[in-house]
Amino acid sequence: MKLKLIASISASLLMARWRQTLVAAIGVTFSITMFIALLSFMGGLNKLLDGLVVNRTPHVRIYKEVKPTLVQPIDKGANFAESYNFVHSVKPKNERLDVLNSAAIIKALKQDKRVMGVAPKVITQVYYNVGSVDLMGVINGIDVEAEAKLFTFSDYVIAGNYIDLKNTPNSIVLGKGVAEKMLVQVGDIIQITSSKGQMVNLKVVGIFQSGLQEIDKVNSYSSLHTAQKIMGESNSFLTDIQVKLNDINLAPEMAKEFQALYGVDAIDIQTANSQFETGSFIRTLISYVVGITLLIVAGFGIYNILNMMIYEKMDSIAILKATGFSGVDVNRIFISIALSIGLFGGILGLIFGFGLSAIIGQIPFNTSALPTVKTYPIEYNLYFYLVAIVFSTVTTYFAGYLPARKASKIDPVVIIRGK
Amino acid sequence: MENIILEAKGINKYFHDPNTIQVLNNISFSVQKGEFVSVTGKSGCGKSTLLYILSTMDTDYEGELKIHNLLMRDKSEAELARVRNEEIGFVFQFHYLLNEFNVIKNVMLPGLKLGKYTEQEVEHNALEKLKILGIESEALKLPNQLSGGQKQRVAIARALINNPLLIMGDEPTGNLDKKNSELVFDIFQELAESYQQSLLIVTHDQEFASRTQRTIVMEDGKIIADSKN
Ligand SMILES: Nc1ncnc2c1ncn2[C@@H]1O[C@H](COP(=O)(O)OP(=O)(O)O)[C@@H](O)[C@H]1O
Ligand SMILES: [Mg+2]
Repeated sequence: MKLKLIASISASLLMARWRQTLVAAIGVTFSITMFIALLSFMGGLNKLLDGLVVNRTPHVRIYKEVKPTLVQPIDKGANFAESYNFVHSVKPKNERLDVLNSAAIIKALKQDKRVMGVAPKVITQVYYNVGSVDLMGVINGIDVEAEAKLFTFSDYVIAGNYIDLKNTPNSIVLGKGVAEKMLVQVGDIIQITSSKGQMVNLKVVGIFQSGLQEIDKVNSYSSLHTAQKIMGESNSFLTDIQVKLNDINLAPEMAKEFQALYGVDAIDIQTANSQFETGSFIRTLISYVVGITLLIVAGFGIYNILNMMIYEKMDSIAILKATGFSGVDVNRIFISIALSIGLFGGILGLIFGFGLSAIIGQIPFNTSALPTVKTYPIEYNLYFYLVAIVFSTVTTYFAGYLPARKASKIDPVVIIRGK
Repeated sequence: MENIILEAKGINKYFHDPNTIQVLNNISFSVQKGEFVSVTGKSGCGKSTLLYILSTMDTDYEGELKIHNLLMRDKSEAELARVRNEEIGFVFQFHYLLNEFNVIKNVMLPGLKLGKYTEQEVEHNALEKLKILGIESEALKLPNQLSGGQKQRVAIARALINNPLLIMGDEPTGNLDKKNSELVFDIFQELAESYQQSLLIVTHDQEFASRTQRTIVMEDGKIIADSKN
């Protein structure tokens, strides 16, 4: 059966009832518009919240955990194999805090195809000296360029220039909270005490704000070399190796792999931040549920108009069948009516949805927690539009299914006799 | 015998609502190629019922129906639709045009459905048929802009579009005035004579019936007379 003929018959039936059809199509348009706007907004929100932690968290973090040796000498004795070990309060032996063999590990990681980038790090406890008071703090010694590239470090430096950290010796970028407590600004010199009691003077070259106050009140950044110097360690001393992967989903398995391969501790982002994934999942779920609910309501609109149309067009259907159109043809005619309502309404919905999300994306949204965000976050993602148009087509297909079946089953004899 | 285009053998038809009644009783007859046959009988004797069975629209009957020597009993719904499309042209009492389409498109639809010819060819054929019926000037009008007689002529043109084996009509002039009835009858006669078109027309107009080549008279679901005029 030629598609063109079906299409032209459907189109004529549609045009004969264009007002009702338009209302049905607007129903679809409305739900698709909301669906797109909602998904784009939720997507934006997810990205923003992810950005808060996930973007700044390595996919796999390799570190050294100080803990008692897993296999204690007593476990090795063959004559105690069947016995219960009463030795309590086992202490870790005096160990170095750094990742052993870090240079070789980094080299190997950089050659791994799955790895996007590697950023070494030295974390050390310090005291910020403010007059006679010492504030607890943490200095993160970083490879400035790698950190900026992989963890958008530069986005969070709200005063000064992040690259000065690399270029200026003995410099520090202070957390906003720390800077406020110490009453210092960019260009000032501060004094800190290392965990080994050594006093060091550092120049403030920037202030950073992560959006998480707890972090900003304690943390500061310096270059790797500065941090190593504060600790009095050599420049091969690293406490963390941060790895960013091309595919975040590989993280758990790769963490295990690194652990076995390099004899280090490794934690993946999913394990470290499981609550964020749950949040994203719930938000996405809500948008889908709302969108699908709207679509189902629109589907009922289409169902109604088609039923009405079939009731009105009984005669036409009977005559089509009498002149040689089969039930399948009639079925296709009404299915294509339903689909064209869905497609027309859906495409319009995509356009309006894009417009609405663009408008939402212009509304100012300032929050001190997120220095880089100035408007409501919107994620423009082709995937949402694809999902929306597929949903609208599928919904309208199902909305049209029963009426079309009913139409195809109309007995022309009953109609013709009824006259 | 080789010219039989439609053959009914022992056709019985029952309605079960509200109680079982037999409306057709052992109907057997055949139609030859080029014959102009009329079926008459009192209202309610089962003429329409018979015609719906012969046109393959009603499949709920006993007995045998052969069109072009093919048994209709074995055919699927889609195959029967194909038979109606290709072999049978139906003209109803109430014109039954599609109001969403203009005159020429109404005539073209069964031709487009058949799909044997291109759209241009079907359009050309449709115009030819309209010319035969003298209404080619109305080709672009909508059905509701036509008079009753004109609508019926469009319906006849539509019945002719696929050059069917047989044209069936269920009281095609029943709803028309004298003058238009004449006109439609003349058209049927011309189709039969000039184009050797086979026709099977139900009518309760005795005069109409007497002017056809052969008249079948029915009473209470039976054929009581079948004679050449
Ligand atoms: N759907 C039906 N259910 C029950 N009886 C019917 C039905 N359709 C027709 N009849 C009966 O069948 C008989 C024949 O009807 P019909 O074929 O329309 O007669 P005609 O066309 O000769 O006037 C009538 O008595 C009518 O009442
Ligand atoms: Mg009748």
